[in-house]
Amino acid sequence: MSRPLLPDPAVQTAPLLAVDDLRVSFATPQGELRAVQGVSLTLERGKTLGIVGESGSGKTVLSRAIMGLLPLGSATQTGSVRYQGQEILNAPAKDLRRLWGTQIAMVFQDPMTSLNPVQRIGHQITETLTLHLKLGRDEAKETALSLLMQVGIPFPVERFDAYPHQLSGGMRQRVIIAIALACAPRLLMADEPTTGLDVTVQAQILDLLSTLQRDREMGMVLVTHDLGVVATRTDEIIVMYAGNVVERAPTSVLFSQMSMPYTEALLRSIPRIGNPSHTRLQAIEGRPPNLIAPPPGCPFAPRCPYAQDKCRREKPPLVEGAVPGHSYACWFPLSTPAAVAAAGAGAGAGVAAGAGGEPA
Amino acid sequence: MTDIISPQNEALAPALLTTPPVGGGVGLPGGPAKKRLGPFFWICAGWIGLIILVAIFANLFPLPKPDFENFANPQNAGPAWGHLLGTDDLNRDIFSRLIFGSRVSLVVGFGGTLIGLALGGLPAMYAAYRRGRVDTVLNTVSYAVLAFPAIVAVIAIGEFWGHQLWKITLVIGVFSAPLIFRVIRASTLSYASRDFVMAAKALGASDRRILGRELLPNILPTIISFGLIAVATIIVLEGTLAFLGLSVPPPTPSWGNMLNESASLLSGGKGQTNPWLVIFPATAMFSLLFTLNVVADKLRAYFDVAEVKL
Repeated sequence: MSRPLLPDPAVQTAPLLAVDDLRVSFATPQGELRAVQGVSLTLERGKTLGIVGESGSGKTVLSRAIMGLLPLGSATQTGSVRYQGQEILNAPAKDLRRLWGTQIAMVFQDPMTSLNPVQRIGHQITETLTLHLKLGRDEAKETALSLLMQVGIPFPVERFDAYPHQLSGGMRQRVIIAIALACAPRLLMADEPTTGLDVTVQAQILDLLSTLQRDREMGMVLVTHDLGVVATRTDEIIVMYAGNVVERAPTSVLFSQMSMPYTEALLRSIPRIGNPSHTRLQAIEGRPPNLIAPPPGCPFAPRCPYAQDKCRREKPPLVEGAVPGHSYACWFPLSTPAAVAAAGAGAGAGVAAGAGGEPA
Repeated sequence: MTDIISPQNEALAPALLTTPPVGGGVGLPGGPAKKRLGPFFWICAGWIGLIILVAIFANLFPLPKPDFENFANPQNAGPAWGHLLGTDDLNRDIFSRLIFGSRVSLVVGFGGTLIGLALGGLPAMYAAYRRGRVDTVLNTVSYAVLAFPAIVAVIAIGEFWGHQLWKITLVIGVFSAPLIFRVIRASTLSYASRDFVMAAKALGASDRRILGRELLPNILPTIISFGLIAVATIIVLEGTLAFLGLSVPPPTPSWGNMLNESASLLSGGKGQTNPWLVIFPATAMFSLLFTLNVVADKLRAYFDVAEVKL
């Protein structure tokens, strides 16, 4: 692969990120594990895309496949990932290294493990600056201090010489964001950036990401299991289940016209502050399907309160609904006459059948 | 690049940059006071340092030649002013032999460990980071060499290749490599799968950079403390070989062959006894091994702190 990976002005018209029918599978002793089964998405410059799903839905594998971080030996990847119009799927690490850090950067889930424990945080920031931007020592330090300020770290001069264990989880995640943003990437992949943090800190970090993203006109992919996190901070949301996209919509449309029962179930499983105390939290019953030998029908059917025979037999395709840009994979989308009928027929499952998705 | 996120930060920021935090000092929140190595560590480290310095500069001291059989000296004498640690049955000065003999132990111990680290440690880091076929092959090789009894191999090779100091060092170093490989590989493995390694990769760091800048600093404590244990173990091995007459041949002194020579005097085999010839080299070797182990153990505990607080 010798084609140039650095974008030239000619490709500026292409979307920042375009993924087409991406499939990722891993060979395991039990058989082929299909972690991502045909995902397509587009992200324009300066926009935010939310990828939502529970553990094991394939969202982390998807984000790492887009980055090209999966080991090529064990993961089989097909389809297409285009960054500014250029194919980067299955590109060798040697070529991707020119994109990593400067064009695409990633914020990892766990701030406790994604910093090197034995290096001072200042060094960890300046390292990328000297590597990619060829800055001198003083210049790099100055930039690093400014970055630490930008991510809201008090006493940046003192913190510059601190080791990661001397900082709290929230501060560490700020440092990680500072490192990711050091070389001003155009695309930021944030894989559950707040999962390891206290709730009070979560909002701060998410607001910080949104602000920085807006200021820098950076595209961002925000991967999370929490619909509440993406509700106010994304332009479009993709809901993933068992390696499939089950619903995709602009954020406002998703919350007003939720069509996939799984999305509804995800929303219901968020505790609400307005509920009376001792309200039982609605969990989604059951477990995600086995990705090595998935059931024939809709992957969510075994856990879906509205499931019909058809759902268990045939897998629903991702179809576009009434609103442009809103698509879902469901035979009986919520709040349609068909679904109401189906709800009546399929009553008795764990989740109370009834009203469709309510706006957040 | 100079914008600040929240207005409240904007107001605070200039003050924060210049004013030190409460308490006046650098004052980062970070648990208890810095852990210390303690005086015992420094005594032990100082003793090792002294032995090394004396060994290096032995020629500068007013010592008689270690292999000078000076018939003006008394034979098998105890400690006295002329000969601080006495003389052996060939009228040689024990103190001088002890000091020059330390060179053999130190060269074999540290040299063998460095060779072992180069031959075992570097491949181990690479194998643990890359995994896959490289790892499988190197792993198998290390097990194969480990399965071979090292002391037998070292004796056999010494018999037909010779007993010069550098040959002994090289052979012992080669045979210590698989054990060092196993330890360093295990240590690297525990870090290679952590997020910060993938984070570094996602920032565009090359493999060499990840190995050198991300992984090496993390396994350095293991390398240092296990390396010192390896030095001690190799010194014992060399002592054993020398005691059997299979290391550096006489008249070059080494602690092991001094013990070898003294063994017959201890039993009165030559019609004479000289306990000093046993006591001094044995004490010297004991003190070096003991302090090496103490230093290695204290260092390991010292470096563990950051890990625990994580």
